[in-house]
Amino acid sequence: MKRFLGFVKKEFLHIFRDYRTLFILFGIPVAQILIFGFAVSNDIKNAGVAILDLSHDEITLKLTDKIISSGFFKKTETLLNYKDIDRVFKKGKTKAVIIFENDFGRKLISEGKASLSIIADGSEPNTATLVTNYTTAIVNDFTTELAGPVLNNSIRISPEVKMFYNPNLKSHYMFVPGVVTLILILICALMTSVTITREKEFGTMEVLLVSPLRPIQIILGKVMPYFILSFINVLLILALSWLVFDLPVKGSLILLLAECMLYILMSLSLGILISTVSANMQQAIFISLIGLMLPTVLLSGFIFPIENMPKIYDYISSILPPRYFIVIIKNIMIKGTGLMYIWKETLILIIMTLVFIGISVRKFKIRLE
Amino acid sequence: MALLNQGCPGKRFFQQKNNYQMVKAIESSGISKKFGPTKALDNISFSVNESEVFGFIGPDGAGKTTLFRIITTLLLPDEGKMSILGMDSTTNYKELRKNIGYMPGRFSLYQDLSVEENLNFFATVFGTSVEENYELISDIYSHIEPFKKRLAGKLSGGMKQKLALSCALIHKPRLLILDEPTTGVDAVSRSEFWDMLGKLRKYNITIIVSTPYMDEAIRCDRVALIQNGKILSIDTPQKIKAGFSRKLFTVKSAEKYKLIKTLRKNPEILTAYPFGDSIHVTLNNNTLDNSLYEYLASEGIGDAIIMEAEAGIEDRFLELMEKDNGITNKA
Repeated sequence: MKRFLGFVKKEFLHIFRDYRTLFILFGIPVAQILIFGFAVSNDIKNAGVAILDLSHDEITLKLTDKIISSGFFKKTETLLNYKDIDRVFKKGKTKAVIIFENDFGRKLISEGKASLSIIADGSEPNTATLVTNYTTAIVNDFTTELAGPVLNNSIRISPEVKMFYNPNLKSHYMFVPGVVTLILILICALMTSVTITREKEFGTMEVLLVSPLRPIQIILGKVMPYFILSFINVLLILALSWLVFDLPVKGSLILLLAECMLYILMSLSLGILISTVSANMQQAIFISLIGLMLPTVLLSGFIFPIENMPKIYDYISSILPPRYFIVIIKNIMIKGTGLMYIWKETLILIIMTLVFIGISVRKFKIRLE
Repeated sequence: MALLNQGCPGKRFFQQKNNYQMVKAIESSGISKKFGPTKALDNISFSVNESEVFGFIGPDGAGKTTLFRIITTLLLPDEGKMSILGMDSTTNYKELRKNIGYMPGRFSLYQDLSVEENLNFFATVFGTSVEENYELISDIYSHIEPFKKRLAGKLSGGMKQKLALSCALIHKPRLLILDEPTTGVDAVSRSEFWDMLGKLRKYNITIIVSTPYMDEAIRCDRVALIQNGKILSIDTPQKIKAGFSRKLFTVKSAEKYKLIKTLRKNPEILTAYPFGDSIHVTLNNNTLDNSLYEYLASEGIGDAIIMEAEAGIEDRFLELMEKDNGITNKA
């Protein structure tokens, strides 16, 4: 036991002495959360719109006001004719132009129908879709308001959409769990695989092997510091997402932390497995980054829903641990469900961890070669 | 060299006394190891007595490191058996590893840990403490103790070597294995290092050491000359030197390069090897007469000085190598 603690102490010294390791451990997660949370956002906020109002009556002014004051849009310009549309798009600040036809207000009152065009900048499809959706929603809302007193004799069904768990459809709800999933597996697997291959590369493994340390002591000694640090990382990310993005943990915090520990353990054992198959640090880094990051981002359901993927990707993703953890963490954090609903995923992660540790200990070479 | 030679008889006597116990620290029989098609070790058999300083002398690529890795249980031999400290090296490796101190050829300590931290780490890993065995390493460690807060990666070559030796010794091993400990270290540190090994004798530690420097052979009790994975000869350094079968002459001239070329052209000359500022020569008829002077003068080397000399380990090594090559060529 004293031997083991001596080994753990040495690992901590390595970590604290190397500011790059510390940066990767704590700097990257914080940066990722902030970047994903702020920059990579599916919400629109202050998108530029230009107005071409050919009617210029009380109703169009009211509607324009409603659109601009919604908080989603910001008026960039008031246009005078159609020719200006191309020019204003080329400037780049304007994402959409809203055009009211001639006699908009009068037609609406007398004929009950008037047309409004939304022209969006299609070079940014995502924003364009969002902008048109939001505008349409505002316009619909406006007509309903208007129709209330005026057209009370016609029948209309107005669907009222409500988003459960995430009423405002904030994208943080999706990114924070995703980033936790991505960061934990990346950092844990990368760090452990690099620290073990480093011993091989510097020749220190040779000395460690010719010592009474047992393989399991070496492996656990390597894993223990990163386990503790990664757990601190989880707390940091959760605190950050709560403070900065107001993202609460709906379910049991204890359950969430326990699941995180399981996931960290799984990632660490995966890292050890990577280190046993790679000959040097470069290989270990390559396998961890390319082999884990891309599949996690693309196939785990972090960004793209698995249900929409071709079946073959579905099968591939079913061997990816992050796929299960994402379900777990989303369930606990956002839906607030208990273990009852995620026991299957948890079980899969436990089995994966055991398999990884089993293979690593068996593959760990007690000699060179 | 001459000075070192004089120091030897006393050492020999001390060693002889221990030999009566006849306990073998290592007994190796028929060890072979292949890496792909190349034979790194070919039928290696030797035995090392307890508390002996045993040297493996040979050029780079002779198989020294491979052999040492087999002794340290890091590699398994393809063939043959090795018993170390009375234990089988393949089956009893766990017990063995507790009793071995190993200093690999490459500096293998943690460069980002300080001198002190390295030493403490190896002490704990072997289940002991620096204080417990301080006496054993005090002589070596005292040189680097003033720098104990310095990171190991920032030490000079000689200091790194001392730290590595301290770390290999800290658990008081019964067998100390040093793979080329003096390679890449300056001459003064090399000499100091051997002095330190000499002082370890009183602790009854068996020391196995490899080196490419022939002049270090004299510091060992016995040496094995190793070349191409084969042991050419095992004996005391004195007996190895005495095994040189011919008369040896040194030839000196200002034009060394031309001299060796000219010498090698002459069929009367058996071997001619450059040694520092002179050339070591053996003759077919084993006697020196004026004909060699005349031959050299006729080739335009008038300033040659030829003297009979005592053969060193390296001369014997080259002779054995030549013989070995002759055998393999015939085969």
